[in-house]
Amino acid sequence: MSSIDYTLHLADNALILGHRNSEWTGHGPILEQDIALSNIALDLIGQARYLYQYAARQTGKPEVTEDSLAFLRDAWDYRNCLLVEQANGDWGKTILRQFFFSAYQFFFYERLQHSTDNELAAIAEKSLKEVTYHLRWSSEWTIRLGDGTEESNRRMRAAMDQLWKFTGELFIPASYEKIAAAVDLSSIKPLWEERVSEVLLQARLEKPAAGWGQTGGKEGRHTEELGYLLAEMQFLQRAYPGNEW
Amino acid sequence: MSFEKTFQDKVDQDIRIEPKDWMPDAYRKTLIRQISQHAHSEIVGMLPEANWITRAPSLKRKATLIAKVQDEAGHGLYLYSAAETLGISRDEMLGQLHSGKTKYSSIFNYPTITWADMGAIGWLVDGAAIMNQVPLCRASFGPYARAMVRICKEESFHQRQGFEILLVLSKGSEAQRRMCQDAIDRWWWPSVMMFGPNDDASPNSELSMRWKIKRFSNDELRQKFIDVCVEQVKLLGMTLPDPDLKWNEEKQHYDFGPIDWEEFKNVISGNGPCNKERLAARVQAHEEGAWVREAAMAHAEKKNKEKNAA
Repeated sequence: MSSIDYTLHLADNALILGHRNSEWTGHGPILEQDIALSNIALDLIGQARYLYQYAARQTGKPEVTEDSLAFLRDAWDYRNCLLVEQANGDWGKTILRQFFFSAYQFFFYERLQHSTDNELAAIAEKSLKEVTYHLRWSSEWTIRLGDGTEESNRRMRAAMDQLWKFTGELFIPASYEKIAAAVDLSSIKPLWEERVSEVLLQARLEKPAAGWGQTGGKEGRHTEELGYLLAEMQFLQRAYPGNEW
Repeated sequence: MSFEKTFQDKVDQDIRIEPKDWMPDAYRKTLIRQISQHAHSEIVGMLPEANWITRAPSLKRKATLIAKVQDEAGHGLYLYSAAETLGISRDEMLGQLHSGKTKYSSIFNYPTITWADMGAIGWLVDGAAIMNQVPLCRASFGPYARAMVRICKEESFHQRQGFEILLVLSKGSEAQRRMCQDAIDRWWWPSVMMFGPNDDASPNSELSMRWKIKRFSNDELRQKFIDVCVEQVKLLGMTLPDPDLKWNEEKQHYDFGPIDWEEFKNVISGNGPCNKERLAARVQAHEEGAWVREAAMAHAEKKNKEKNAA
């Protein structure tokens, strides 16, 4: 089985979250943190580029490029998990979304750097350094905001309420994740749960009771959010097709 | 020897003034005004470009634009820190920005309507900023001069990137060339105005020159900018929107048409196309971030207490 879909899934996760984070650039609550989140956006878009370039090479078609993959696929061909496409909301929701994803991506890349696919392994190894920082930064902010004031704790609980239902999908393998090069998601799930529990405890936040989760993003069935994101992101490539930029 | 004379002697001998040195009150005030305005310009200047981050036409352009806007945030940080050495806090400066007491560069009150504006801002606006800022690397106040050295390095990189955006558009489709020319047409005059009023109408200049905060006059820098741009626009195969641009053999400079100072005054005094939107966006970010800053402080205090109790 080809690993194109697998590579695209990883690329889409990185691009969509990077794009969401970049919506904050210039509007952050503190100048230093505006810079920090923009930095994470840059790292994620950088990872996405390596992954799209690799996916493009795997197709063997010269007309397929990182940009055609990012700008000319519609939502149903996007394979990112639902978590990353969720709207930014307030700073608390953005932080919690980043924390859930970074915790996942950290353990994921730790495994992927030993993948039988050398290219993916190399990208994972390089990205792991960045994600280590993302995880530290988002953990610290989750704790700060959960523990800080009554208002910040209330906002974090609201964010939890909105986001928790998308976390289960991270660990449900999609059809294209059954290849030898793929990370065994069941092996990282307990690591993720342990890390999340540790941080939430310090943040005085509780995990909601296990309940029905939302899934489908990894198979191309997305929430309403993604269409708007793509409409904005793809506008120039769609309005002026075939141009160099 | 009086403090005043010791100070002026240092300035005259190009010895840097440092925060703990004695300085005239007016020097301190002028610097606070100028550096905080400059810092505000960097952070307000993030907005028109951030507009296009989510619509950048390729992944590479998206990454470069985020990095650029992030650099501007970094410039804001260096400059706020430089101003803080003069005895004003960042909070106070932000308060002055939000209340409208301190200004920022008027150029950021113009809208970014097409992707080509990302190119025109880099080429023209950053280009004009560099002309203004390179001499500031030798400004008499140490922290300001040192901040400007770092800023200028990054700005010249941004300018090249901006020009390159336009270069690609200028070689592209008809629609892209139209975008390119349109952006140059809209950004040219506002960029020319970035050098400020004509010398005979610039009240703060003389003292700033004596204090070596300023080393060239507004008109000198403006002329230099125009001379350079007239040559560069040829590489794009585009035109500058001034029918009076003409090489003057005697002066060895380009002559140019009259500047619309009415527009300049209006944009400065709040009537530009985006004055209200830009300021509102900054105020909104600040207000909506209040709970985040409060939470961070409350958490830090709790941690401190725990540490002291242990």
